[in-house]
Amino acid sequence: MDTPPVTDARQDPEDQPRRYGRRLFLATVAGGVSSLYWGKAAWDHVTGVISPVASAVAPILPTGGWRIYTISGHMPVFDPATWRLKIGGLVQQPVSLTYDELRSLPHVEQVSTFHCVTGWTVNNVHWGGVRMHDVLARAQPLASGHALRFVSMEVPYVDYLTLPQASLHDVMLAYEMDGKPLAREHGAPVRLIIPEMYGYKNVKWLQGIDVVPRAVNGYWEDLGYDRDAWVGRSNGYGA
Amino acid sequence: MKPGYVRRFSPVERLLHWVNAIGFFFLLGTGLILYLPRLSMLVSRRQLIQSLHFWAGVGWLGVLAAVVALGGRRLLATARELDAFDRDDLRWLRGGKAPQGRFNAGQKINAVLTAAFTILFGVSGLLLWFGEQNTRYRFASTVILHDGLMYVSLALLVGHLYLALIHPATRHALRGMTLGNVDAEWAARHHAKWKPE
Repeated sequence: MDTPPVTDARQDPEDQPRRYGRRLFLATVAGGVSSLYWGKAAWDHVTGVISPVASAVAPILPTGGWRIYTISGHMPVFDPATWRLKIGGLVQQPVSLTYDELRSLPHVEQVSTFHCVTGWTVNNVHWGGVRMHDVLARAQPLASGHALRFVSMEVPYVDYLTLPQASLHDVMLAYEMDGKPLAREHGAPVRLIIPEMYGYKNVKWLQGIDVVPRAVNGYWEDLGYDRDAWVGRSNGYGA
Repeated sequence: MKPGYVRRFSPVERLLHWVNAIGFFFLLGTGLILYLPRLSMLVSRRQLIQSLHFWAGVGWLGVLAAVVALGGRRLLATARELDAFDRDDLRWLRGGKAPQGRFNAGQKINAVLTAAFTILFGVSGLLLWFGEQNTRYRFASTVILHDGLMYVSLALLVGHLYLALIHPATRHALRGMTLGNVDAEWAARHHAKWKPE
């Protein structure tokens, strides 16, 4: 068989094969495991440095940075004919809003950043919707109410905010995202937005808001997550 | 064996490759359903897909470990081949023409990275699963590691599939991974330093 000249490793000790394979293997594993500590900081730094590029690329990335979490087998379907937002609990006047009635309330817009407790973030989301006090005003909460229960169409998802939390300046009920009606996977027709807290407090597929005496555990809090889910100051982060 | 052919991959090497390939594709498919909003909505059964993805991942690691145990010394010898980079390998990596062994230097790197990524996929996947239940196991960067591995693996996979299925000079190698043997002349041209038994 005609073979090209072959260098024989044994002739020259300098030419002994090097064990680069195991070094590459160990370096990759070590780099990957240690990235659990520096990965997010590095990624935030990179996306910060190339922020104009990142924001240009984000819309064409397949996910746009979002990932969709649900807790039940089936994602709720919004039917404008039957859907109502019911405001009840400790109120003078229970209210049931249709989709059009909700949209006829004073419209506000804001740009805020969405943080998930699992580590991903979507910067500069453009939300459109209504402020909490405009929704609650018609129902007239009683003085005995100090918190709100947000009830999702995705049963049994509920979560709570205290009234001071729900009154933060950029808390809203959003029915638009990035200029379009809120998509089904993002909680159509309307979701809670509280940018100061992790995503699990931002209840999707809202169907009810109840005024209650105090905030108790919601769905994820029952599974061990913090009730006051401040970004960077809860759930084992920062604190 | 057909005359003029030589054996390149043993049954246990091929088993390891195909167990890894099947597991990877299943995990990629279920993972993308969890990852891409459009697909999440289309399928909608997140709990089911999440369980399938997790248990398939656990099963994948378990079966890979079993095949490695089954391979024993034979696979250890393969690992030694993948570990060793001689001068010709380094020359080859710099784009020069240099005779290669049973694995060329690119195949060695691909195999080493694939093995390292398997471990990292396992570690980050378990942390994602347990982190959902207990904040002690939650790191802000786990999801970045798991996603990053997916992107890099996908890039490696695309290159691998191109070379194994499309590129005319190298696609003959697929035969080695399915039937086990390759054309002796092809082997002499592409893997000159390899001396088939």
